[in-house]
Amino acid sequence: MLEYFFQHILSFAIWLPVAAGVAVLFTANDSKPNATRWLALIGSIASFLVTIPLYTHFNFADGGFQFQERFLWIATFNIHYHLGADGIAVPLILLTSFTTVIVVLSAWEVIEKRVAQYMASFLIMSGLMIGVFSALDAIFYYVFWEAMLIPMFLVIGIWGGPNRVYATVKFFLYTLLGSLLMLVAFIYMYHQTGSFAITDYYQMPMPLNVQVLIFLAFFAAFAVKIPMWPVHTWLPDAHVEAPTGGSVVLAAIALKLGGYSFLRFAMPIAPDAAHYLSHFMIALSLIAIVYIALVALVQKDMKKLIAYSSISHMGFVTLGFFIFNNLGLEGAIVQMVSHGFISAAMFLCVGVLYDRVHSRQIEAYGGVANTMPAFAAFAVLFAMANSGLPGTSGFVGEFMVILGAIQANFWYAFLASFTLIFGAAYTLWMVKRVFYGEVANENVAALKDLNKREFLILAILAVLVLALGIYPQPLTEMTNATVTQLLSHLAHSKLPAGL
Amino acid sequence: MENIRYDLISALPEMILLGMAMLVLIADLFLKQSNRIAIYGLSQFALLMAAYVTFTTHAPGVGYAFSGTFVDDAMSDVLKLMIYFGTSLIFVYTRQYIQLRDMYRGEFYALVLFSVVGMMIMVSGQSMLTLYIGLELLSLSLYALVALDRDNARATEAAMKYFVLGALASGMLLYGMSMVYGMTGSLNISDINHALMNSPGVHSVMILGLVFIVAGLAFKLGAVPFQMWVPDVYEGSPTAMTMLISSVPKLAAFAFVIRLLVQALPTMAADWQQMLVIMAVLSIIIGNVTAIAQTNLKRMLAYSTISHIGFVLFGFMSASINGFTSALFYIASYVLMTLAGFGIILMLSRKGFEAEKLDDLKGLNQRSPWSAFLMLIVMFSMAGVPPTLGFYAKFAVLQAALQAGFLWLVVFAVLMAVIGAFYYLRVIKMMYFDEPQDQHLIQAPMDMRVVLSINAFALLVIGLMPQGLMSLCGYAIARSLN
Repeated sequence: MLEYFFQHILSFAIWLPVAAGVAVLFTANDSKPNATRWLALIGSIASFLVTIPLYTHFNFADGGFQFQERFLWIATFNIHYHLGADGIAVPLILLTSFTTVIVVLSAWEVIEKRVAQYMASFLIMSGLMIGVFSALDAIFYYVFWEAMLIPMFLVIGIWGGPNRVYATVKFFLYTLLGSLLMLVAFIYMYHQTGSFAITDYYQMPMPLNVQVLIFLAFFAAFAVKIPMWPVHTWLPDAHVEAPTGGSVVLAAIALKLGGYSFLRFAMPIAPDAAHYLSHFMIALSLIAIVYIALVALVQKDMKKLIAYSSISHMGFVTLGFFIFNNLGLEGAIVQMVSHGFISAAMFLCVGVLYDRVHSRQIEAYGGVANTMPAFAAFAVLFAMANSGLPGTSGFVGEFMVILGAIQANFWYAFLASFTLIFGAAYTLWMVKRVFYGEVANENVAALKDLNKREFLILAILAVLVLALGIYPQPLTEMTNATVTQLLSHLAHSKLPAGL
Repeated sequence: MENIRYDLISALPEMILLGMAMLVLIADLFLKQSNRIAIYGLSQFALLMAAYVTFTTHAPGVGYAFSGTFVDDAMSDVLKLMIYFGTSLIFVYTRQYIQLRDMYRGEFYALVLFSVVGMMIMVSGQSMLTLYIGLELLSLSLYALVALDRDNARATEAAMKYFVLGALASGMLLYGMSMVYGMTGSLNISDINHALMNSPGVHSVMILGLVFIVAGLAFKLGAVPFQMWVPDVYEGSPTAMTMLISSVPKLAAFAFVIRLLVQALPTMAADWQQMLVIMAVLSIIIGNVTAIAQTNLKRMLAYSTISHIGFVLFGFMSASINGFTSALFYIASYVLMTLAGFGIILMLSRKGFEAEKLDDLKGLNQRSPWSAFLMLIVMFSMAGVPPTLGFYAKFAVLQAALQAGFLWLVVFAVLMAVIGAFYYLRVIKMMYFDEPQDQHLIQAPMDMRVVLSINAFALLVIGLMPQGLMSLCGYAIARSLN
C-alpha cells in the first residue's frame, strides 16, 4: 500500500486535490456553508501532506527527473501519461499545494455566495497546476496548462470586482493565444521526432532558424504568463478584479508556471536560440525591472501596485535565466519561490483591508497602524520583504541574481539594482500612506484588528518569509544538481553537425 | 443466388429502417394522442434493430453489392452506427419539445427515419447515382421536417430557403457528376478511379466537373462561400429540426466527400486540395468573425458550425489517411458537442417560449447549476480547450495539416481559434457572471436529463481518454481506404 503510494506520489499530488474539489462541489448549499469549508480545508491539507514526501524522499545528488510514472495514454499520437519532478519542479509543487491551503483559509467567511464552487475551483486548479509542474509529455503538459485557465476564468468572473468580465476574458484570450502557438511548436516537433516526450526534444538537433521560431512560439506562451513587458497588460486588470484568493494564486503560482516552463521547454529545447536571443530577453527583463517599477510608483490602487511590483520582480526571474550562470539561475528559482510567499502575503493583506472597508484605494486609508497594530506589524514585514530587505526571502533571490548579472555584464547588474531603490520606494511609500499618520477617516477608526484565522495565515507566511531569508539552503540544495545539469545542457549547441 | 443473398444482407439495415418507417406511418393512424409514446418507442426500437444488424453483419473487408453500386465497408458501418446513435439521442431530446408544439405525430418520426435511410445510402453509395439518391432522400425529408409546423411563418420561410438553395446545390452536383460520367463513361466510384488512372493527364472538362462537384459538396456541408443558407435555416427552423440538420447529416456528408473526392477522384487530389484550402480558410474566418456579432444563439451556433466545417476541411485538404481519420474524428466530436448543445437549448425552451437568444442563458448558473455546468463543458469543447473532446478534434486536424506542410495555415487557424474562443466565452459569461432575467423552472423529462448529462459528460470523459474514439475512426478509415 505504502509502496504503491510512493510509486505514484505525483499522481496523488495531482488527483487528490481534483477529487477533493469535485467532492466539495457536491456539498453545495449556501445556507450551510460550513460543511463545504471544512471539507475543502481537509482536502487541501491532505493534498499538501501528500506532497511533503517529494521533499523528504528527494535525492539531492540527482539532477534528473525523480518519482517518474509513465504509461501510454493515447497510442494514436504516442502521447504518454508521463510524470516526473526535478529540483526545479519540486519546490514549486510544494508552493502550489501550500498556497491552496492558505487560499481556502483566506476565503473562510469572506466568500458567502456559491462557496462550494469557489473552493472547488481552487482545489481543482491546484491539482492542474501541479500537473503543469510535473508533466513530462508535451501534450499532457499542454492539457494541464490550458485546463487551468478554466477555473481561473470562473473565479475572476464570478467573484471578481465590477470590471471582472473584461478582465477575465482578457486574461483567458491573452493566455490562449500564446498557448496555441506553443501547441503548433509541439506538433511540429512531434512530426520531426515521432514523440511528444520532452526528453526526446532535448536531444533533437535543429538548425538555428527553426530553433528561433520554436523559441518564439514558446516565448508567446510563457512571456504572457510570466508576464514580461510588453505583454503584461492583462495582469494588472486580472489582479485588480480577482477576489483575494484569485490574486494570491495568480501571483504566487500562475506566474511561476511561465517561469518554470522557460526552464523546462524554451531554453533546453532551443538552447542556441536562447543564447542567440538572450540580449533581447535581458533587455525585456530590464525594462520590466526598471520601467514597471516606476509604473508601480504612481498607482493609486493597492492591488494594482502589487501587480506591477510582481511584474517587476518576475523581471528578475527572467534576467536570472538568460545570463546563463549558476548564481543567476538559482537566484531566479529562489526568487520565484520567495515571490510566491511575499506576493501571496501582500495580496492577503490587501484582502484583509478590503474585507473591512471595501476599498482598494490607497487614499481611502491612513493611520491604520493605530487601529490594527498587529496587522500593521505583519504588513510592514511583508513590505520590507517585497523591497528586498536582507534577512527576508526577497533579498536572497534578488541578491543572487544581481551577483550573477555582475559576472555576465556590469551594466545589467547596475540597472537591475535600481529595483532595490524603486522597490523600496513604491512599497514603503504605500505603507506610509496606508498605515502611518493620523487616523484618516471613520472607516479606519472603526477597523477591528486581525481575527485568529487571519493572524494564523499571516503568521505562517511571515515565518516562511523569514526562514527562507535567513536560511535558504534547503531550497538551493534541492535545485543545485538540477541547475548544474541544465546549464551544462544549455552550453552544448544543438545545431546539426556541419552548420 | 449467393449474390442476391449478399446484396440483401448488406442492405438489411436500410431495409429494416425503411420498413419500420412505413410501419410508424401506418401505426400512427390507429393511435390516440395519449398513446403516441408507442410511436416514439417504435422509432427507437427501429434504430436499435438497425444498429444490431449493422453490428452483427460487420465484416472487416470491403464488400460490394447490387452490381457494385452499394458498398459495405468498415467506414460505412462505423458511420451508420454513429448515425443511429445520434438520431436516437435526437429522439430523446426532442420528445418534450415537439409534444408542446403540436408536432408529436407519426410524420415527425417517419420523416426522421426516412432521412436516416437517406444518410445510410449516402454512406454506402458506391455509384454517383446511389449517392445522389441518398442525398435527395435526406434533403427532401429535412425540407419537410423544417416545414412540419405549418402555421409557423418563420419555419416555412426557412424551409423554402433551404429547399430552393438545396435544390440548386443538388443541381450543381448532378451537373458535375454528368461531366465526370461523360469523361470516364462510368458512374461507379471504383470504375471512375480506374478510368482516370489509365488516362494520362487531366482533361479540362474533368476540372470543370470537379468544380461543380466541390461546389455542391460545399453547399451541403455549409462551407464558405456556399454558407448563406446555414444561418437563416438554423434560425428559422424549430430548434428540434435545427438540431437534426446540424448534427448527424454531417456524418453522411463526410462519407459523401470521401466517396466522391477521395475514392473516385484521388488522381485529381492536387486540384481539389487547392479548392478545399481556400474554402477551409474562408470558412474559419467568416464563421468565427461573424459569430461574434450574433445575438441569436441558434445563429451563433450556425456560424460556429461553419467554422467547425472549416476545421474539418483542414483534415480533408491534408489528403492523407492521417488527415481523413482526423476529419472523421472531428466530425464525430462535432456531432456529439452539437447534440449536447442543442439538447440544452431544447431543455430551456418551454411551452410558448423558445430559448434562442443569447440573453436567455443569462444567470443559468443560478437557475440550474447543473445545466449551466453541462453547457460550460459543451462551450469549452467547441472552443477547443482541453481537457475536453473538442481539443483533441482540433489537435488531430491541425497535426494532419502540419504534416501535409501547411505550417502557416495552421498558425492562422490557431489565431482564428482564439477569436472563436471569444464568443464561446461570452456564452459562459452570460451563464455564470450575469444575473438571471427569467425565473421559470426548467422542466425536462428524467430520461432527457440523464441522457443529456451523459452526453455532455462524455465530452469530458472522452477528452480524458480519447483513444477509443480515435481508434474507431482510424479503423474505419484504414480499412476502407488503401
